[in-house]
Amino acid sequence: MLRDISFTMEKGEVLSIIGSSGSGKTTLLRCLNFLERPDGGAIRVGGETLFDAADPATQREREVRRKRLRFGLVFQSFNLFPQYTALKNVMLAVELLAKDQPEYRADRRAVHERIESEAKALLDMVGLSNRMDNYPWQLSGGQQQRVAIARALALKPDILCFDEPTSALDPELTGEVLRVIRSLKTDDRTMIIVTHEMGFARDVSDQVIFMDGGVIVEQGDPNEIINNPREERTKQFLARYQETEY
Amino acid sequence: MQLFLQQFPIVIRSLNVGFLQTLKLFFVTLIGAIPLGLVIAFGSMSRFKPVSVFSRVLVWIVRGSPLMIQLLIIFYFPGIVLHKPIWGGGEAGRFAAASAAFILNYACYFSEIYRGGIQSVPIGQEEAGLVLGMTRAQIFFHVKLSQVIKRIVPPMSNEIITLVKDTSLARIIALQEIIWAGQAFMKSSMGISGAIWPLFFTGVYYLACNGILTLLFGWVERKLGYYKV
Repeated sequence: MLRDISFTMEKGEVLSIIGSSGSGKTTLLRCLNFLERPDGGAIRVGGETLFDAADPATQREREVRRKRLRFGLVFQSFNLFPQYTALKNVMLAVELLAKDQPEYRADRRAVHERIESEAKALLDMVGLSNRMDNYPWQLSGGQQQRVAIARALALKPDILCFDEPTSALDPELTGEVLRVIRSLKTDDRTMIIVTHEMGFARDVSDQVIFMDGGVIVEQGDPNEIINNPREERTKQFLARYQETEY
Repeated sequence: MQLFLQQFPIVIRSLNVGFLQTLKLFFVTLIGAIPLGLVIAFGSMSRFKPVSVFSRVLVWIVRGSPLMIQLLIIFYFPGIVLHKPIWGGGEAGRFAAASAAFILNYACYFSEIYRGGIQSVPIGQEEAGLVLGMTRAQIFFHVKLSQVIKRIVPPMSNEIITLVKDTSLARIIALQEIIWAGQAFMKSSMGISGAIWPLFFTGVYYLACNGILTLLFGWVERKLGYYKV
């Protein structure tokens, strides 16, 4: 249950959302990715209204499918497709989307090769160039999550969301995933990260939101919120966390 | 012994003919029940209440009553009660009725296996497909189907092996399958009477057939063993 959630971001900004389990962080990300339908409110990106609870036209299946591509989502439990190799996991959705395009019908082979080389470049970027032909079960949790990141990037979303990307990983593997996410921070890549890694949130983010009970309790500069929180609830929450090296 | 050797080729010829009918019923059932089961499975999972209730009641009735009774009802009901004998006469008519009963019965069993298989694919797979902009059909065919097949091969192989043996129930409407052919020698058939061994010998056919099926399903399982779900 979320109430009165409102925030804005600039292009290229990184926003971290922190808060205890059940505070609504994941629900918020799921709303942004159209996996949950909010009862009220609107989502706007780059001047376009992607969702408006008061306007049913924004909620049609076909529309939603196009608009959700503005967002990418990396899940806590990776959700790789087990029957495909790492490379195919990254390529599948891009290829299915390409099939609707006239250029695909004109030259299938060229399109396939372009998609494949882009996917390989992405896997290389997340440090998995030597594991492209492995199936998910042959990869460690950290490697699976890095494939999932490459898969989300393949669709070139405007905003990439991470839902506790390291919560299913042990501390050693957490580090490798956090390093990859940090390396993604560029001038034009906008990211929203739900995380329990406080040190990471402080170092990577431009903005931090602390949520509790479905509302935003505190929001602003990462150093301010993580090192000098104003609200009592934020202080209590942060007192329980230790930092992980990454 | 000499008598047995004399009878053997005659019996085998007759059993082969019966077994051909058994195999025909087996394959026709599979061809009909595998897709129909999928329709019923989607029916029971439908969000449209009348469809899901209808499918579930159908599955309950078919799984809850003996196949033998279903055979009798499907074969006799149209003629005796409705005065419209739709199946036609002779072996062809009996085969058509038996096929209808077997397809319906096995489709219901298959539908429950499919439903279990489809519902056991983690919701995260569907959500991953959705956030990657796939349509529901693409998610079903490119993401879920292979995982469903992998999950249902063991229960399906069980059911299909049972089907081979269940075909013998069609004898109740006098379909001339292999048990019927074997039993005929107990009374009198092709100059042989009072022989019970042909009936026992039919077991060899079932064993051989199920041996081949077991090997086949083992091969399919190995083929799908390259990934884990």
